[in-house]
Amino acid sequence: MSRFSVGGMIELEGLTKRYGEKVAVNNLSFTVRPGMVTGFLGPNGAGKSTTMRMILGLDHPSAGDVRIDGKHYHQLRDPLTYIGALLEAKAWHGGRSAYNHLLCLAQSNGIPKRRVREVLETVGLTAVARKKTKGFSMGMGQRLGIAGALLGDPRILMFDEPVNGLDPEGIHWIRNLMKSLAAQGRTVFVSSHLMSEMALTADHLVVIGQGRLLADTTMADFIERNSKSYVRIRTPQRERLLDVLHTAGITAVETGNGSLEVDGGKAEQIGELAARHGVVLHELSPQQASLEEAFMQLTAESVEYHAHAQGAPPGQQAWGESWRRS
Amino acid sequence: MATTQVIRSEWTKIRSVASTVWTLSLAVLITIALGMLISGLSAHEFDNMTERDRLSFDPTFISFAGMSLGQLAMIVFGVLVVSNEYSTGMIRSSLAAVPQRGTFLFSKIAVATGLALAVGLATSFVSFFLGQAMLGEHRAEIGDPGVLRAVIGGGLYMTLIAMFSMGVAAMLRSPMLSLGILMPFFFLVSNILGNVSATEKIGRYLPDQAGSRIMQVVTPIDDDKPYGPWGGLGIMALWVIAAIVGGYVTLKKRDA
Repeated sequence: MSRFSVGGMIELEGLTKRYGEKVAVNNLSFTVRPGMVTGFLGPNGAGKSTTMRMILGLDHPSAGDVRIDGKHYHQLRDPLTYIGALLEAKAWHGGRSAYNHLLCLAQSNGIPKRRVREVLETVGLTAVARKKTKGFSMGMGQRLGIAGALLGDPRILMFDEPVNGLDPEGIHWIRNLMKSLAAQGRTVFVSSHLMSEMALTADHLVVIGQGRLLADTTMADFIERNSKSYVRIRTPQRERLLDVLHTAGITAVETGNGSLEVDGGKAEQIGELAARHGVVLHELSPQQASLEEAFMQLTAESVEYHAHAQGAPPGQQAWGESWRRS
Repeated sequence: MATTQVIRSEWTKIRSVASTVWTLSLAVLITIALGMLISGLSAHEFDNMTERDRLSFDPTFISFAGMSLGQLAMIVFGVLVVSNEYSTGMIRSSLAAVPQRGTFLFSKIAVATGLALAVGLATSFVSFFLGQAMLGEHRAEIGDPGVLRAVIGGGLYMTLIAMFSMGVAAMLRSPMLSLGILMPFFFLVSNILGNVSATEKIGRYLPDQAGSRIMQVVTPIDDDKPYGPWGGLGIMALWVIAAIVGGYVTLKKRDA
């Protein structure tokens, strides 16, 4: 039984943000729902942070609308009790202690002092609560930001690139935190530029590129559609192997670099066929098109009109490097 | 959004950063110490003054001489209270917590103004009494006509200077830009404009020139200012209102 039976929706309708000529967010419409982790995926500069700032009423939309449970952000009474956010950029005074930072936020929304100590405990900052935050590491800063998001015990949580700067233990912790918040029936909206990160945490996926909506789908659907497996074969007896495969009803596709590809996970079957017919194989390897590649293909289309090197093998460089505008 | 919640929050903010303590301490120390020094020097010089200068001798105003420098620390206080929000990124947390930007800004200004008023009044009274002690036989008494008004006015003047700085900082956002404009303006430009005969008539309507009239008890012989003590303070208050309205409009319109 979920803790929150109603509420917790973020609804975007035609949300647009222009900076002069540049369109940072372009006519975005989607809904973020409670009870699950919704991943907000897009390359750096795709407009994720701008979108999140507009949800919080920090940036004014050029067009369109965003509502929290049907209300504009500024109409929420004590908004931290509705929606808590970890923003990407540092959002506190380095000369103030973690405790006082959280205390002033709590007071502005009528949240009791006791809750400040609770969230400091939750994120593991109790020991340094009285220290000035300018001495904090990036990971401690993320924890402070997360404490601020949890402060009002809100039903909606929004995290902008939460794993940034966290150590492996911290990353593990934030993943579990997001999942448990969603399991309590809360709405969890988390942005990332890493598909692999999303695959581990998100139940639903919203993908944007160049400020435009590219996909709004369940994670399961996205994986099923995009993570195809195939077998790569290299052989000096290409024609003969093709005959053999054809006879067995298997379709092989020739690739540009001289190897053959067969859809599906049929490596054993192909190996046995080749052995039976005495065909020499130099390579027989099962391959998995990664979600990262699928995501790259998806977002690459949105930046197609920018000149970039074609045919660079995917997955061998930090993704995004080939098409990110220089 | 209850305003009392926001006021309480702004009080926590202002008392939990070091800049509040050092800017206000500097304002107090500089104003008092420099006032005492100049009062002492003036008492010493009195015998060498011309008859005309003796007639214009204003012991109350002399004991506030430290304000010309002390107000710079008050400006830093006002600027930092507002622009720290922007330079640190705190503004994003603040506006996410209090999306009513008017409530946010006016609560912040109200809290900082209250603190500046308390510090300003205390500074003004201490400056007066210590300055008079240094002036010896040439001193004024707090009961003399116009003196109490001048001493309270000194506190109000420091408060209004801080408020004006808050408004300007809300418009400009950057602490460096705000200080880079306000400090030279109040330390140099305003004095030059007010003392050069060609610009004198404009200069006397500047916030500090008009506002400091409240601290004068003895009107200089050749004074032809078209306003009195409270009129001058009123002109300064209009500058303050203009700056704060400008700051509010900027905050309302722009992205955080």
